[in-house]
Amino acid sequence: MTTAKDLRSYDEIPHDEHHEETFISKYIFTTDHKMISKQFLTTAIVWGLIGGLMSVLFRLQLGFPELNLEFLRPVLGHWITSAGKLDPEFYLSQVTLHGTIMVFFVLTGGLSGTFSNFLIPLQIGARDMASGFMNMLSYWFFFISSCLMISSCFIETGAAAGGWTVYPPLSAVQQASSGSGLGMTLWLCSMAVFIVSSLLGGINYITTIVNLRTRGMTFNRLPLTIWAFLITAILGVLAFPVLFSASLLLIFDRSFGTSFFLSEIYIAGEALPNQGGSALLFQHLFWFLGHPEVYIVLLPGLGISSEIIATNSRNPIFGYTSMVFSMLVIGFLSFIVWAHHMFITGMNPFLGSIFMLLTLIIAVPSAVKVFNYIVTMWRGNIVLTPAMLFAIGLVSFFISGGLTGIFLGNSALDIQLHDTYFVVAHFHIVMGSASFFGMLAGVYHWFPKFFGRMMDHRLGQIHFWCSFIGIYLMFTPMHYIGIAGVPRRYYAFTNFDVFNVFSDLNAFMSTAAMFLFASQLIFIFNYFYSMFRGRIAPLNPWHSNTLEWTTPRFPGHGNWPGRIPPVYRWPYDYGKPNAKDDFIPQNIPFSQTKSSNLIHENSSVLTEENLKNSYNDEEVYDKLH
Amino acid sequence: MVILIVSVITILILVILSSVFKIYTLIDIIVGNYKKLANSSNKINGVLLFAFVIFGFISLSFYSYVEFDRYNIAVASEHGVFTDRLFVINILVTSVVFVITQFALFYFPYRYNWTASRKPSFFVEDHKLEFIWTVVPAIALTVLVFEGLKLWSNITETPPENSEVIEVVGQQFGWKTRYPGNSKRLGKYDYRLIDPTNELGLDLTDHSSFDDFLSNTLYLPKGKPVLLKIRSKDVLHSCYIPHFRVKMDAVPGMPTRFWFVPQKTTLEMRDELNNPDFDYELACAEICGKGHFTMRMLVKVENQSDYEKWFSSQNSWLSKNPEYLDQVPDNLKELALVKTGLENELYN
Repeated sequence: MTTAKDLRSYDEIPHDEHHEETFISKYIFTTDHKMISKQFLTTAIVWGLIGGLMSVLFRLQLGFPELNLEFLRPVLGHWITSAGKLDPEFYLSQVTLHGTIMVFFVLTGGLSGTFSNFLIPLQIGARDMASGFMNMLSYWFFFISSCLMISSCFIETGAAAGGWTVYPPLSAVQQASSGSGLGMTLWLCSMAVFIVSSLLGGINYITTIVNLRTRGMTFNRLPLTIWAFLITAILGVLAFPVLFSASLLLIFDRSFGTSFFLSEIYIAGEALPNQGGSALLFQHLFWFLGHPEVYIVLLPGLGISSEIIATNSRNPIFGYTSMVFSMLVIGFLSFIVWAHHMFITGMNPFLGSIFMLLTLIIAVPSAVKVFNYIVTMWRGNIVLTPAMLFAIGLVSFFISGGLTGIFLGNSALDIQLHDTYFVVAHFHIVMGSASFFGMLAGVYHWFPKFFGRMMDHRLGQIHFWCSFIGIYLMFTPMHYIGIAGVPRRYYAFTNFDVFNVFSDLNAFMSTAAMFLFASQLIFIFNYFYSMFRGRIAPLNPWHSNTLEWTTPRFPGHGNWPGRIPPVYRWPYDYGKPNAKDDFIPQNIPFSQTKSSNLIHENSSVLTEENLKNSYNDEEVYDKLH
Repeated sequence: MVILIVSVITILILVILSSVFKIYTLIDIIVGNYKKLANSSNKINGVLLFAFVIFGFISLSFYSYVEFDRYNIAVASEHGVFTDRLFVINILVTSVVFVITQFALFYFPYRYNWTASRKPSFFVEDHKLEFIWTVVPAIALTVLVFEGLKLWSNITETPPENSEVIEVVGQQFGWKTRYPGNSKRLGKYDYRLIDPTNELGLDLTDHSSFDDFLSNTLYLPKGKPVLLKIRSKDVLHSCYIPHFRVKMDAVPGMPTRFWFVPQKTTLEMRDELNNPDFDYELACAEICGKGHFTMRMLVKVENQSDYEKWFSSQNSWLSKNPEYLDQVPDNLKELALVKTGLENELYN
């Protein structure tokens, strides 16, 4: 195993010729950021399929309550009732696991883990992450946490069934639900390990971005992807420890008789001794992570789409500075809006007004981002690669879901909409689908760099259309059902006259869900087929400006043979007037592009020679030692 | 047999699909599509995106118009009229943004679809434009925030003095209500006193609880402020009455409340909706376990006089459970007997 210092050391000889790698050190306990990112990605794809399958399962119950599910008995065993239906407890545990898996394992681990790991060193010009070893630990903690979570499906009492928010007392008191026994213990342990993984990753991302940028890669020349990953990592590092504390206190309440969240409970024929705890305290702690978490999954997607939209519009990103500032403002505000999830929990209404005000302010930087994306495309020369299509889809979801957020952020409207399908539709579109599309856009765009081969274009486009239409067909009807007041997490609606009027829409949505799931198989095929049989990728297939496209087709250990190229310009010189090509990569000095330079750029030609000959701090350090 | 046929068909379909895939790949190689930055599919996708947004707008408007009565559930409370109005204002404001941005987003890929000859705009920054589109949403939001805050503070302000106080208690998996009786004051409770008979843990050392009575249906008077005092015995629940736009969590150890004014009796609502079977319903809106979806309580709204009649005809809980007189302290026994009307029975 190589140490981090070896990876970073400056050497004229290409790095990967030094050492023989075994299968284990190359594919399993690897410290190479590119392999780790592929591990994250592949794990996330598996998780995505599992989470998706769970949603299909409970959508069957919601859409076709009369359906006989006896044929699932060989798989689900006693979770199929004697009448051939899903057990209500099992239904809730599927809802819970679907949420947990999708939010944490697919969109947090999968998205940040994959793209922060892959793109940070490649786009800022670094040999590897600041600590390759920590990076490896980050993946393996993620893996352990995944195993713990999935193992809870195989125990007799069933997985946690209190919703992914695991509010106590339901999650704390074992008499309240059979999932609150061992299943919940496993959930909490899994989450604690996940947080360790996330922190190890996040600290690494921040350190790498701050310290290991190549010569000339100033902060205002960072690609927006890197800005997004930086802000995401900071949010994660600040927010996840709070979830850790919440989990820890919950573990104490469950196992050691404390009363942090429990008070005055009479259940299963006995009064519990706990007094003086506050169920709301848990909600505050949970949402202090939970809300930044929304942006932890969304910001990488927004960063990825900025990069992809600019590249494929052959146009510079509009308003680079305002893009960065809006992300910073969103990141900051995400920490002071958490209680909008709690307007009607009995929290002081005055607090509700404050949080409503702060919440709605987020709409302003979000709107700025949307306008910037659209103006970037305006009068561009748009190439609709699969990645571009997914990025456009992301912006569309961001608009649709963002606008419904304005309703929910308004406490007076939230009274009726809270915990209805309107909320489900809102966050599945703005957080789920948008981030999911960001992830897919990223896979399609960087696949050539991941595996040195191209994914099939046509299958990518078909995959886009099926997913895009599938998602809108799936979640648009939910808005209507939500406006009509139908509550979420209901096993069936037959008990209420007022909710039991949408069986047609429910069947429709379940069909759309199955279609959506099936269409992901196109992607799975394309992904694995292209990995081995895809067309050989050119070095810079999308005519992109960022540094990762200056590496060889298979970047070895250390990414660049020889010195890392210095950076002379920002990453968005697309379609510059009077330029030879319609793109100028970041490592092309202004002295070579005299015809297209703007006035202020000509003046920086003078300092370029110094930059080229200078050394990084670490290079100086390595020379001395 | 069925399985065999299904698997054969599946394999056949897969074989056909993979052949089609291979043929297309070969065509792409022959035509030279891979060498171009953008091939013919670029145009097709541009057209599809534009068609999608137009079709999307049309179907969204069509459905929203045709099915309006189905998803817009009738409102029966005073504040509900205002929240519904705010909802409509929000719909109007956001629709404008929605239509403009989605249209531009899907029109541009069609309009500026890749052609070799086009020179992109290289439009990097425009501070005036950015200023405008920061300020305009900010102003629109200020209006929405202001309207929302006003309404929110009205809804959550201190309930009027003459409110009808009713306690709603959630438990796995059902609801129970408690009325204050003629004293118009709810008695104290203690969760440690709960047992199978004393379901709500009435504290009989407090004389206000002597005339409290329980009900499995929530009766409400029309046109009078109602203050719901909401609590839970075990886990979180949420007291949700859709037609009144009422929702408030029930939290063990922390009583919550919500007040509102019912405006239409059940009978009036039946007439309005032309549905003789209509009834108001109270549901649980916070996940509380496997029976979450069954937590229903009937709500009946009646005229003031009918409500008073029903109210006074109810027997207090203590009078139905005289064995609990033991828990009443000696100095209050007399009062308890009078209030519950048990004295006659006892002396006769």
